[in-house]
Amino acid sequence: MLPFFASSPESLPLIPAFLGNLIRPLPLLPLEFALAGVLDHIGKNHPHLLDRLGQHRGKRFGIAPIDLPIVFIVEAAAPRPRLTVMRELPDGLDVRISSSLANLLALLEGRLDGDALLFSRQLAIEGDVEALLALRNAIDDARLDLAFEIGSLFGPFAELVERLFGKARDVALRSISSPRGSE
Amino acid sequence: MIELICPAGTPAALRTAVEAGADAVYCGFNDETNARNFPGLNFSRDELGEAIAFAHVRGVKILVAINTFPRASAVDLWRRAVDDAVQAGADALILADIGLMDYAARRHPDQRLHVSVQAAAANPDAISFYVGTFGVRRVVLPRVLSVAEIAEITREIDCETEVFVFGGLCVMAEGRCSLSSYATGKSPNMQGVCSPASHVAYEQTAAGTTSRLGRFTINRFEAGEAAGYPTLCKGRFSTEYGAGYIFEDPVSLDATTLLAGLRDAGVTALKIEGRQRGRAYVEGVVRHFRDALKVLEIGGEADVARLRPFTEGQATTVGAYRKTWR
Amino acid sequence: MQFSLGPILYNWAPEQWRDFYFRIADESSVDTVVIGEIVCSKRAPFFAPHLAAVLERLQAAGKQVLLGSLILVSQRRERRQTEELAQTSDFLVEVNDITCLKSLAGRAHAIGPFINVYNEATGVFHAERGARRLCLPPELPLSSIAAIAAALPHAMVEVFAFGRVPLAISARCYHARIHKLHKDNCRFICDKNPDGLVLNTLANEEFLTINGVQTLSHSVANLLGDIDALKLAGVGSLRLSPQDCDMVGVVEVFRDVVEGREDANGGNLRLSRIYPHAAFSNGFLHGKAGFSYMGPLVPT
Repeated sequence: MLPFFASSPESLPLIPAFLGNLIRPLPLLPLEFALAGVLDHIGKNHPHLLDRLGQHRGKRFGIAPIDLPIVFIVEAAAPRPRLTVMRELPDGLDVRISSSLANLLALLEGRLDGDALLFSRQLAIEGDVEALLALRNAIDDARLDLAFEIGSLFGPFAELVERLFGKARDVALRSISSPRGSE
Repeated sequence: MIELICPAGTPAALRTAVEAGADAVYCGFNDETNARNFPGLNFSRDELGEAIAFAHVRGVKILVAINTFPRASAVDLWRRAVDDAVQAGADALILADIGLMDYAARRHPDQRLHVSVQAAAANPDAISFYVGTFGVRRVVLPRVLSVAEIAEITREIDCETEVFVFGGLCVMAEGRCSLSSYATGKSPNMQGVCSPASHVAYEQTAAGTTSRLGRFTINRFEAGEAAGYPTLCKGRFSTEYGAGYIFEDPVSLDATTLLAGLRDAGVTALKIEGRQRGRAYVEGVVRHFRDALKVLEIGGEADVARLRPFTEGQATTVGAYRKTWR
Repeated sequence: MQFSLGPILYNWAPEQWRDFYFRIADESSVDTVVIGEIVCSKRAPFFAPHLAAVLERLQAAGKQVLLGSLILVSQRRERRQTEELAQTSDFLVEVNDITCLKSLAGRAHAIGPFINVYNEATGVFHAERGARRLCLPPELPLSSIAAIAAALPHAMVEVFAFGRVPLAISARCYHARIHKLHKDNCRFICDKNPDGLVLNTLANEEFLTINGVQTLSHSVANLLGDIDALKLAGVGSLRLSPQDCDMVGVVEVFRDVVEGREDANGGNLRLSRIYPHAAFSNGFLHGKAGFSYMGPLVPT
């Protein structure tokens, strides 16, 4: 199902395997609940994001980080986008996207160029390419800051959580061979 | 001082381009009036107004591309785009269709007009036609010319020139190519899309990853092999003499090494392709060329490998600027 | 409905070129003939020795002759040739590049299929500056053709009705590239393929045709099944583009169908015999992908 992939996933910046193993036995529902909250928040803060999706609102995007034992299904339906966490991608999705978690997070924040990832075969896509483009463009325009979005769910602890998540994210992103790098 | 013209497919990309050092940003409306009519891309009327206000405060110009060829019986849609862009305070309109230029020149005689690369003005006589007939102030030169040919052109014409220095590279003369509509029914000239995403499919076969456009196989990649856009002119095909990249390899244009030559050729502005690209691309490429221009002023040489990760096939070419095939 | 023979797009042997036109003059009922090397300026000198005789023979046969201009003009030599052509007063010039529009303004001329006329406003612009005939771009759908023709009651509107469809022009020569030659030293290798070089996809489907700096479709445009619609749309002339087949016969088939002596099915059958193995297409006219074909049965 990963049609566009680089030779070996080892060449991608991955999170350590022990992290994946840590996540594997956890129940998915609490995670789903928390992420749904983040998604909800993003939807409220960025009303134009859904506008930009246009006719592709309501499509189902399956996102499979290759270094996690879980996958995400995002349904970009108005007024509230829906998110499901599963062990593997089901059939019948409109789009399937796969890459390392770090790449996916960087894409989400517009820190990496999606086309560049495709050219270097670090991103695999399958299905409705037009819907994926619409999503990518909508997200890129939204200037998401995940640390801020997640932090703001924590009321009085917002700043603390934002700072903690921001640190964790930056560590993850450092592993990416950024096109801004000098390689 | 040579101008740096940068792409923006979204308001966020536009802000990024301005902050990264653009002298001007070009963008289009979110409909078939512009040649990057991609899903989720481009500007509403309100967004354009806000973008122009944002840019003007920072001394940056906004150029509005209305560079497809109006559909017969629907010309008003394009004329409205012209009127609205003028109304919004666009610093220039980038037009391709002769009828639309005629309209813009008559209706908005004070508006600055640029000839789009889609208008195929490839020599001084063609350019003089546009200058003499519509009073255009600048022509975006097709990517079929060498630096020497550009120098010859700038000497002979009465308007400014703008040339592409980075990004996607049309192999065929722009605005004169129906390859995409032959395979998909949608063309750059009419719908503003080339090899549209709606017709692209990737599939896994025994021989590797296959990219298809509509009914036709465009390429087949082995695992790990660098890729490009699934555009027809950069696909792999075969003839009785063998298989391969018959028209062009998957590469992007990078004229970083030719900046001095282009400046000496009398070019007014350098253009970066890529309104369909993300903020990371805009940021990286605009900053690179802003730096390269600074280095050029003090007579140094810019880092040429820096942009390779952004390119198709992870490879660059200087394209027609140095006609190695001639 | 009139018929015009488009310019020969391929690199034919000079004698073949000459004899082709002699036969058209002597045997064909075509009304208008467009002459000239419009694809590659390097080929033009080969035909020059025969040009006068061909023009004379065609005129003596009562054909209207148009001189086609080069599609992509960039070098100084090409500009000079194009300018000389624009100064011709004996024949109508068919303009294929913006280059000669300035010198032709106010004088009668024809607009060829390589000038972007996509809408009625652009059509009117050209007509007001002297365009008497407009052969519209092959990628236009019927609705656009009808709207443009309606706005140009005094001009002859023509559509590309037969032949491999020109799709793109480049500064680069693909015949030279395929044969690992430089363009300036190409040995005129495109003469090996008088009907173009077939380009297949990696899945072995026939897809395009290479003709030096030009790329054409592999399928052959065939609007025999659309003739009633074209008449209704106000089209006054059908452009038949020379392929390496019996073009006198092709003109005859089209005339028989247009004038009601043959139906489109019968016409298709005859075309398939004249030009074997041709995959027909008319998708552009129907607003679909250009390679597709809808309409009367094509005999297999």
